[in-house]
Amino acid sequence: MTQIPLPQPYQDTEEYWKAAKEHRFIIQKCGDCGQAQFYPRGVCSHCLCSNLEWIEASGQATVYSCSVNYRAGHPGFAAKTPFVLAIVELAEGPRMMTNIINCDPESVTIGMKVQVCFDDVTDEVTLPMFKPG
Amino acid sequence: MDPSLLHRKVAIVGVAESDIGRVPHKSKFQLSAEASKKALDEAGLTKDDVDGLFTTIITDGGQFSSMMMAEYMGITPRYTDSTSIGGSSFVAYVEHAAMAIATGLCSVALICHGSTNISDRGGKAGPVAGNSHVFGPSQFEEPYGVSTVGSYALAASRHMHEYGTTSEQLAEIAVATRHWASMNPLARMRDRITIEDVLNSRMIASPLHLLDCCLVTDAGGAVVLTSMERAKDLKKRPVSVLGTGEAHTHRMISQMPDLTETAAKISGKLAFERAGVSHADIDVAEIYDSFTITVLLTLESLGFCKKGEGGAFVENQRTAPGGDFPMNTQGGALSYTHPGMFGIFTVIEAVRQLRGECGPRQVENAEVAIANGTGGVLSSTGTIILGRE
Repeated sequence: MTQIPLPQPYQDTEEYWKAAKEHRFIIQKCGDCGQAQFYPRGVCSHCLCSNLEWIEASGQATVYSCSVNYRAGHPGFAAKTPFVLAIVELAEGPRMMTNIINCDPESVTIGMKVQVCFDDVTDEVTLPMFKPG
Repeated sequence: MDPSLLHRKVAIVGVAESDIGRVPHKSKFQLSAEASKKALDEAGLTKDDVDGLFTTIITDGGQFSSMMMAEYMGITPRYTDSTSIGGSSFVAYVEHAAMAIATGLCSVALICHGSTNISDRGGKAGPVAGNSHVFGPSQFEEPYGVSTVGSYALAASRHMHEYGTTSEQLAEIAVATRHWASMNPLARMRDRITIEDVLNSRMIASPLHLLDCCLVTDAGGAVVLTSMERAKDLKKRPVSVLGTGEAHTHRMISQMPDLTETAAKISGKLAFERAGVSHADIDVAEIYDSFTITVLLTLESLGFCKKGEGGAFVENQRTAPGGDFPMNTQGGALSYTHPGMFGIFTVIEAVRQLRGECGPRQVENAEVAIANGTGGVLSSTGTIILGRE
């Protein structure tokens, strides 16, 4: 079976993926302007300073948009369809791409409250996911 | 920018497509070069006249696109541009080329594109083997199964949620576009369809059905520009560049500031301001239709209707032949051709409409046309307004 595409951590993202492997969900907050951002970067996308800190996110989010995908762009997802592709808005503000799992795909709606959970895809990689709640 | 810098000073003098559809025996480089030859022939120019080259290729072998295509065709440009912002690149190139010509940096600009998007997949549209390890920011999307259609579906879902837009309204666009395609012998899909056909077609990524999605084909296209002064001595009636705009707001769909509004809000405003025309002056619109939702969001973002009213705007086959808003008159990416980056074909059709060359699908008295390309995942836009001379 073809493996799904997996993240290759790099300078900006090593901390994030390391935390995910430990089932912790962390995001960046700017020490200068105070805004949170996602995805992790080497600078703040709001004020372009480099004074970023990692914070433990609440893991609470709201579905901003969702789509039940019956076909994926990569053959690694063939066995997973249909799956829910979603953009969620984190309680801290930023939005991120994810899947909504542990539920009937058709039951996911915009505005639904969701909670982070973790999918240990391989021995090395864990993906933060979201489930209803 | 001083709008008068470009206004009516630069003309499109040649347009052409290559063989299109399924062309497995020709490379994407050949398709691009053959379209270029046809567009130059039409203008009465040769490759030796070309001193500005604008091109990009997205698939493998696409690095250094303008150098590769210049070498392939034996051209030595002194103005070169491989801006790579997806399907809108070729519309944005019209702005870049017009600027280069208006300032004297080049005199004859060739914009070209070739793609064997369907033949590269063995003739079957579907998932392509991607990288197993994802570098860069897309590692925050690809592991979740994101795809082009999935990304656009997220925008459609959000628009429906905020404004009550329906699948029937999106289907109106597919039906109208197919009606135009039925009048174009080059269009790949020419059999008329109904709203029910769209709604009954397979769901790909909710709420987008198969018939909400563009085709996957092979195709090449080319556009040649020069100064209006020089254009007057060439073979074709010149079409003038009245106004242009370009913008991009994000790369990945999860980073799009507002899923219901594209960068056409910026590029369209610029193009209208620089052209000095109003929406009521537009006789024909060529709007990149990667998906039905792309068109709806673009019409709103360009200001043809208020935000949220795109669904009502396209109802009752308003954009079809005989409707009062002729749009995507060659059959669009939904029914004519779609090689992965469709933008150049919006320019080609707009020019042909303004020249009055479109036979049964000709829009009567077309004097002003708008073309809008969208690239990436609703990420980038290029808008141009063209006028008949």
